[in-house]
Amino acid sequence: MNPAPSVILFSTLSGLGFGFLAFLAAGLVPVHGFHAFALWFVGYALAVGGLLFSTLHLGNPQRFLRAFSQWRSSWLSREAWAAVLTLLLLAPMALSDWLGFDWPRLWGIGTALMCLCTVFTTSMIYAQLKTIPRWNHWTTPALYLCFALTGGAVLAGQGWFAVACLLGLAAALLAHWHFGDRRFAEVGATIGSATGLGPIGAVKVFEHPHTGQNYLMREMIHVIGRKHARKLRVISMLLAVVMPGLLLVLAPKGPAFLLAAALIHLAGAMTQRWLFFAEAEHVVGLYYGQR
Amino acid sequence: MNQPRIDLSPPVSDEIRKTTCYMCACRCGINVHLKSGPDGKDRVSYIEGNRDHPVNKGVICAKGASGIMQVTAPSRLGTPLRRVGPRGSGAFEPISWDEALALAVSWMKPLRETAPEKFAFFTGRDQSQSFTGWWAQQFGTPNYAAHGGFCSVNMAAGGIYTLGGAFWEFGQPDWERTKLFVMFGVAEDHDSNPIKIGLGKLKARGARVIGVNPIRTGYNAVADDWYGITPGTDGLMVLSLINCLFQAGKIDLEYLARYTNAPLLINETEGPEKGLILKNAETQPFVIDKRTGQPAPWDGQGVQPDLGAVYQGHRTVFQHMAMRYLAPEYAPEAVAERCGIPAERIHALASELARVAFDESIEIDQPWTDFRGDRHEKMTGRPVSFHAMRGISAHSNGFQTARALHLLQIVLGTVEVPGGYRFKPPYPKPVEAHPTPHFVTVPGKPLSGPHLGYVRGPEQLALLPDGSPARIDKAFSWENPFSAHGMMHMVIPNAHAGDPYRIDTLFLYMANMAWNSSMNTGAVMAMLTEKGPDGEYLIPRIIYSDAYASEMVAYADLILPDTTYLERHDCISLLDRPISEPGAAGDSIRWPVVEPDRPGQEGVRGFQSVLLDLGVRLGLPGMTKEDGSAKFKDYADYIVNHIRRPGVGPLIGFRGAEGNKEGRGEANPDQMQAYIDNGGFYQAHVPQEALFYKPWNKAYQDWAVATSFYESPQPYLFNIWSEPMRRFQLAAEGHGAIQPPDHLRARLKLAMDPLPIWTPPSGDLEAKGWGYPVHALTQRPMDMYHSWGTQNAWLRQIRGMNFLYLPTKIWQEHGFEEGDYARVISPNGGITVPVAHMAALNENTVWTWNAIGKRKGAWGLDEGASEAKEGFLLNHLISELLPERGDGQRWSNSDPVTGQAAWFDLRVRLEKVGKRSQSEPQFPALKLVVPKGRARS
Amino acid sequence: MTTLPQSTTTKLGLVIDMDTCVGCQACVTACKGWNDQGYGAPLSDQDPYGANPSGTFLNRVHSYQITPEDAAPIIVNLPRSCLHCEDAPCVTVCPTGASYKRAEDGIVLVNEDACIGCGLCAWACPYGAREMDADAGVMKKCTLCVDRIYNENLPEIDREPACVRACPTGARHFGDFADPDSKVSLLSAERGGIALMPELGTRPVNLYLPPRPKDMMTASPLAPLLDIRASGFAGWLDKILGKIG
Ligand SMILES: Nc1nc2c(c(=O)[nH]1)N[C@H]1C(S)=C(S)[C@@H](COP(=O)(O)OP(=O)(O)OC[C@H]3O[C@@H](n4cnc5c(=O)[nH]c(N)nc54)[C@H](O)[C@@H]3O)O[C@H]1N2
Ligand SMILES: Nc1nc2c(c(=O)[nH]1)N[C@H]1C(S)=C(S)[C@@H](COP(=O)(O)OP(=O)(O)OC[C@H]3O[C@@H](n4cnc5c(=O)[nH]c(N)nc54)[C@H](O)[C@@H]3O)O[C@H]1N2
Ligand code: SF4
Ligand code: SF4
Ligand code: SF4
Ligand code: SF4
Ligand code: SF4
Ligand SMILES: [Mo]
Repeated sequence: MNPAPSVILFSTLSGLGFGFLAFLAAGLVPVHGFHAFALWFVGYALAVGGLLFSTLHLGNPQRFLRAFSQWRSSWLSREAWAAVLTLLLLAPMALSDWLGFDWPRLWGIGTALMCLCTVFTTSMIYAQLKTIPRWNHWTTPALYLCFALTGGAVLAGQGWFAVACLLGLAAALLAHWHFGDRRFAEVGATIGSATGLGPIGAVKVFEHPHTGQNYLMREMIHVIGRKHARKLRVISMLLAVVMPGLLLVLAPKGPAFLLAAALIHLAGAMTQRWLFFAEAEHVVGLYYGQR
Repeated sequence: MNQPRIDLSPPVSDEIRKTTCYMCACRCGINVHLKSGPDGKDRVSYIEGNRDHPVNKGVICAKGASGIMQVTAPSRLGTPLRRVGPRGSGAFEPISWDEALALAVSWMKPLRETAPEKFAFFTGRDQSQSFTGWWAQQFGTPNYAAHGGFCSVNMAAGGIYTLGGAFWEFGQPDWERTKLFVMFGVAEDHDSNPIKIGLGKLKARGARVIGVNPIRTGYNAVADDWYGITPGTDGLMVLSLINCLFQAGKIDLEYLARYTNAPLLINETEGPEKGLILKNAETQPFVIDKRTGQPAPWDGQGVQPDLGAVYQGHRTVFQHMAMRYLAPEYAPEAVAERCGIPAERIHALASELARVAFDESIEIDQPWTDFRGDRHEKMTGRPVSFHAMRGISAHSNGFQTARALHLLQIVLGTVEVPGGYRFKPPYPKPVEAHPTPHFVTVPGKPLSGPHLGYVRGPEQLALLPDGSPARIDKAFSWENPFSAHGMMHMVIPNAHAGDPYRIDTLFLYMANMAWNSSMNTGAVMAMLTEKGPDGEYLIPRIIYSDAYASEMVAYADLILPDTTYLERHDCISLLDRPISEPGAAGDSIRWPVVEPDRPGQEGVRGFQSVLLDLGVRLGLPGMTKEDGSAKFKDYADYIVNHIRRPGVGPLIGFRGAEGNKEGRGEANPDQMQAYIDNGGFYQAHVPQEALFYKPWNKAYQDWAVATSFYESPQPYLFNIWSEPMRRFQLAAEGHGAIQPPDHLRARLKLAMDPLPIWTPPSGDLEAKGWGYPVHALTQRPMDMYHSWGTQNAWLRQIRGMNFLYLPTKIWQEHGFEEGDYARVISPNGGITVPVAHMAALNENTVWTWNAIGKRKGAWGLDEGASEAKEGFLLNHLISELLPERGDGQRWSNSDPVTGQAAWFDLRVRLEKVGKRSQSEPQFPALKLVVPKGRARS
Repeated sequence: MTTLPQSTTTKLGLVIDMDTCVGCQACVTACKGWNDQGYGAPLSDQDPYGANPSGTFLNRVHSYQITPEDAAPIIVNLPRSCLHCEDAPCVTVCPTGASYKRAEDGIVLVNEDACIGCGLCAWACPYGAREMDADAGVMKKCTLCVDRIYNENLPEIDREPACVRACPTGARHFGDFADPDSKVSLLSAERGGIALMPELGTRPVNLYLPPRPKDMMTASPLAPLLDIRASGFAGWLDKILGKIG
């Protein structure tokens, strides 16, 4: 799949944003007044900014309201609802923290769970796609949730809990790669089944339909990225897990280090997300003899 | 569920106009849908096939369906241009039509008055040859031809000399009834849609299709059986099939005896008559009647010709052929290796042919009477049919190979019978019914007859009194006596060399001679720009008509921009290359369904009308009145009012004052409108009784005369033994007054064998031991027409570059990988091109799609266009002359009989060069003569 | 409507005969031509005369080479357009309801007025049947020529998809798969019509007819009339001419 910047920014920033907001909402970052306003603002900015980036991907963003209509069947629609509802329902908690209303935390814990739900709906947009076997697996939601929690935890300065999250994320990443690498074969689609010609013999592409490029090839067939997959996996693990972990454990406590850890983690998340797309092979590639 | 309401019956268009497609010579009927644009003018909105049309019956091809892109192409020329920079630089200035035509007249008029042969007029994919030929005849130059000489003249001439017709326009399989269809060397062919429709019919019926072709794509890909033959060896395999059939006695003796010259006797007396057909006192050939054992007229009623007769020591053609083809050299085992086909496969094909022809014969309850007056109660069919095209004809042994294939059909008794191959009127037409070449020039006077024709003997060659060729292309000379279509590919090289003489003005129409239509493209570009010691170009003046900014445009001095096919009148005439079906003669027209009024295109004029205008300015007879004014307003007026022979004009339909005469009748001023109202075409249906056995069917012969194809019935026998060929052999043996030059004697003796033979292609002789083991071919892509599909925004996405396809053996031998380029080397030079692997390919053959490679700067495309960057031509590797091979001669790379260009004799060797980003050679970009294309308009 | 209809009374679709398709691309440009001026936004082209042209097509013809174990390699052409799947994932993923499967005939369509151009449906389609138009920013796909097949402005005989009407070999057949006696049902029954990528669970309506077995000619060699070496040409002549007496 084509790792489009808008989609990478959308999913990483909004994931981080909702993860962070979850910690704020759950009241795990004890803050008040302007300090609270600033942190909530960062959370909202990340989540909303991410969502805005997603509209860059749209051909007709002015019609975005229509995307709310199909919550009964469409994960993208559900995600839209979940995001907007969550952001709305988080507002009282934010106000409470900022202005010191001390409204019941139960509301906050509920909305924190909604943050995670939102991330889950995001992940399901990808995980539901049978056409992209690597994504079509429980590790996709697990990975998205781990990223959101970890990013949130690091940014929210959750100490050992953050370290635990990092370990969880590492496990999720490894699982995603492990199972992902086998998914295509598991699903069983081959050039033989795609063309129906498999029973006759070994099928190979003779000519592409067009010598020119097309939307499908640009969007779904991204062979270049996978060449560097191994390297990028290591880099993303280093950036998203190992370096922030080391910083958290070894570095002296303080907002600067927290921020550094969070930013490095975010860079790792983006690298991973780039790879998440670049590595994903759409079955349509079978028609082009490329995956 | 509430799903949106959609309009299921939107209006389709404002108006449909029916005309004829032009993107190839198939000439399908099309419905052009028009909608009015924002400016209120009609705009083409959609093009589809015309269901009522005899050619395509509603279907259309990729090119036809995207014809709209041809009209809106940015590469369209808009105004006459005069060269201002050096030739080839592409520097032009726009001029008016008056200036342009005055300039042309100032060049041409003095030539007509002093030396008409110094003016040469050659046309490419011309669909109005009966008109352009007639025009050149009025001018009085001997130098006219269309592109047939480099295209498929072997196929046409091989057929005419043998059957009185060939494939494509001349005839086609009986798609409805045939049970076994074998095609040789066909990729797309001119008859594009009819072949596809036909194949579809066979497939639907479950009939068997066999493809003989080194490459298994397209038609050959759907064939049930594939013979991946070694290029240039089809003749050998066909003669081997004939060998099998003779061995087994699986031949149609009745058919041979009645309808072919098999029972005629061959003169075996030593001397100038030896090998000619024995004639009686009335100079008529005769047969031995089996009933009496005595000579009898070949066409006598009740006569039963004896194939086994020996008369005063003279034996029948049948015996000569049996002796030749029974020889062990034609046994499958003897030819298998050479042909690249295992002997069992040849045996299997022979027995399948025999089985279907003889065990599955069919009958139609239709009585008919033959030319002898004998009545037959039924029509017997042998449901085996064949088709062949350039895979056979574009080799230097193509003429004889085409003859061999026709012989195979004859032996199986499958020509003009139900289920077999059927002629399309005005064919059958034997050699004798065709004109002979006319070439004698008289300054200021027209030529006495048409330029092109069928030579019967040395006395008809187009030679000057000193024995030198009368024509610039050396057509109808000893080098290629049966060059029935002229030799377009030799015009520029000969004019450049001044051999046989110098010319002054070369007038080209619709032929991209500076690119894909020439052999040795780089050298041709040099010939076009080379100057003599006097500083003049060796070809001093070049006038060219094109509709688009092709590569050739840059090499002309004067450009006459043409309209496109939707904006002009045209005529697809029975005088030329009609659209007949076996059951009906047919012709058609084009008419301006839209005006050439797109911005920038207002200055174009239909070429044929321009030619008439030019003719009037030159005062040419036939198009000028006594007072010097124009006889015809424009081409449309000519189509309707020109009279070729009394009662006969370009179109056969709606003739006569009432518009109700067919074939013959005076001109009808409303004829054009009648055609338009009829969907753009007309058909004259062959009567039921006359549908088969046309050459010998009395009812057909009478109908053909009534419909104007000939003036009197012309029944004839198929020429298994070709007397015209034997006459040339006799000359080569030293008989007769007109003698060939000595260096050509041996070649003529071999090539002009009166019975079909196979000789290795002359390119192969070179290849032997010279280190060019690989055959290199091109194929037509179904979705591109030569160079001119490139400007089509849709088609160029489909095929914007080409690869050289390599068989598995070569691919592995050199260790090629995806993305690699190869150096491809022939005796003529080298090119560097992208390669790809193809398994279903003869193991010694490489190939590419024809004419995809373009020159930078041409066709209104960006210089970075993939067609110019990665796309390539094989033409750089092909020369019009073969390398010198020790006899001091550079023989031409063509068939010694017809002069047909031997594109497919090309031999190469390959080297791997790894990854590259562009093909070689690259020529300097042409200066744009049209604004560069941007968005689609 | 993003949810799929339970079942449709008619199931319109195509049967494409891979044994007959010569790969001529007629259906490709006929489709482009029709849909460039018909249903919804035109099918735009980017950089049409430039170095890197690209455009929207609803039907593309692939070409494959197959090497059977024990026979010569073959080439098969495969036109690829929307298969109007019964379990169309492209429909259920759509957030706007722009993608829907018509209840009356099963045609899968995009309501371009509602499409936000998110591209998710194209991701969900295994067959690459959806292309986002770069100019209009909406998803384009084969409409099964819904604006032709019921169009009362067209003569009855022309109420079939543009690609079917154009196809010179007659390799494309249009009809109702719900009717067991329709041409498409009969053809696919007779020739063993196959669904592409069945493992993806989309249940395509369009089916493909597989190529017939190739290169199976089994004729045995012709029996010679006699041994020519032994009996000579004269013997052969006698024997053969004896045949017609
Ligand atoms: N779409 C499209 N249609 C066209 C044209 C076009 O450019 N595009 N051009 C038109 C013109 S001008 C012409 S002349 C016709 C030509 O139409 P075709 O006769 O179909 O000619 P080519 O495409 O040149 O293909 C020649 C075929 O012969 C095969 N071949 C080559 N050598 C041999 C051999 O020795 N033996 C056998 N058995 N096969 C061999 C090649 O593999 C190839 O398949 O097409 C016409 N129609
Ligand atoms: N390597 C290789 N080379 C080959 C062949 C091959 O098989 N292999 N085949 C040969 C054969 S058979 C042929 S026929 C030739 C084809 O050779 P050409 O007949 O030269 O074919 P085109 O390239 O189509 O060039 C025709 C020119 O006509 C112009 N044209 C198009 N429409 C119109 C119009 O309406 N009016 C006017 N005035 N001009 C128009 C086009 O722009 C183009 O410049 O190529 C030959 N070259
Ligand atoms: S085959 Fe195609 S290009 Fe040729 S005349 Fe027919 S529709 Fe036109
Ligand atoms: S082929 Fe693709 S676009 Fe068409 S219905 Fe099936 S999934 Fe949807
Ligand atoms: S691109 Fe349009 S039709 Fe496709 S899922 Fe998005 S909104 Fe629906
Ligand atoms: S049915 Fe219509 S829209 Fe679909 S591929 Fe055919 S022509 Fe194109
Ligand atoms: S038009 Fe017919 S034969 Fe041509 S590519 Fe399409 S389906 Fe195949
Ligand atoms: Mo040609």
